[in-house]
Amino acid sequence: MREKNALLSLFLTMMKIGAFTFGGGYAMIPLIEDEFVTKKGWVNSDEMADILALSQSIPGAISVNSSIIIGYKKKGVLGSFAAIFGLALPSLITLTIITYLYTSFRENLYVASALRGIRASVVALIFSALVRLFIPMKKTLYTIMLFVLSFLASLLFDFNTVYIIIAGIVIGLASNIFLKGGKE
Amino acid sequence: MIDLLNLLWTFFKIGLFTFGGGYAMIPLIISELTGQGLVSTAEVTDIIAISQVTPGTFAINAATFSGVSTSGILGGIFATFGVMLPSIVLASLMARFYLRFKNNAILKNTMFSLRPVVLGLIASAVAALIPISLFGLQGFAGINFSETLASLDIAALIIAVVSGFAVLKLKVSPIYVVLLSGIAGVLIYGVF
Repeated sequence: MREKNALLSLFLTMMKIGAFTFGGGYAMIPLIEDEFVTKKGWVNSDEMADILALSQSIPGAISVNSSIIIGYKKKGVLGSFAAIFGLALPSLITLTIITYLYTSFRENLYVASALRGIRASVVALIFSALVRLFIPMKKTLYTIMLFVLSFLASLLFDFNTVYIIIAGIVIGLASNIFLKGGKE
Repeated sequence: MIDLLNLLWTFFKIGLFTFGGGYAMIPLIISELTGQGLVSTAEVTDIIAISQVTPGTFAINAATFSGVSTSGILGGIFATFGVMLPSIVLASLMARFYLRFKNNAILKNTMFSLRPVVLGLIASAVAALIPISLFGLQGFAGINFSETLASLDIAALIIAVVSGFAVLKLKVSPIYVVLLSGIAGVLIYGVF
């Protein structure tokens, strides 16, 4: 009975977060914290900090990663599935409807005009995100060089994005030989 | 079926190589989806915009949208499952062993090098989207400078500059920026 309740509660809580949070991962974190730390007390705030740090250092969306870890901690594999099904379900429904509307109406003059305006702002939005992520990055000759190399490799030489990331991982792993102790 | 498995595999790759959350996924979405000819650059821009203004995780929204627009409802389910699959495996392993990995020096050092690489890719994504969104061109290749300048969409440039200012300086939420630029688009291109 209680087991069932915990699974259902995971599913419903994540569904609520998925349905009402705009702006993805970083906007979701305070809500996830509020639900699982403050209201339910399933994880304490130290654990939550660890969960967030980990969610950012493994691949994938931060909200997906953190809900899997919370679900797993509470109810094992079933718990993590309950959490991400809850998280994904509202998106699957809304986006399916929106995609059908998009494909049917994008030729319409007003919709096409709106999309043209929106495309201009998307470039600015991604650029703004880049600026916000760039500011806290530690700027050394090494990191700036990696930034420029990756930019040029992708834009001018059209290297496959996946290969550039693999190269970054390899360089990062190799840097451990020179950088001991986990600082810089 | 081949279509669906290809979507699953493509989004599995996108999920596996996304480090640092939503925006880090954009360069991968652009290169994987347009590279395979699944969607055009304009559609990718729309995918990014629509995933921003709808509730939910950007990665899941973008995967559902791309999947549904290329292969219908099943496509949406396969793409979404694909983008979450690496997380399902890796985050569950982490949850099991996470005390051991927490504050792991190797992980930290690796991320120290990987972060600028990911940011370089995002910068390149911005550059790659400029022709379609500010010039109405598919790309700059094979077009000379004066032709490029002539095709500059000044209204779009203004929308972009104002949007950037609103988000960075005035801290306006991206949702409002997208909605307002949509209204601006209707007024500029549709009404006048």
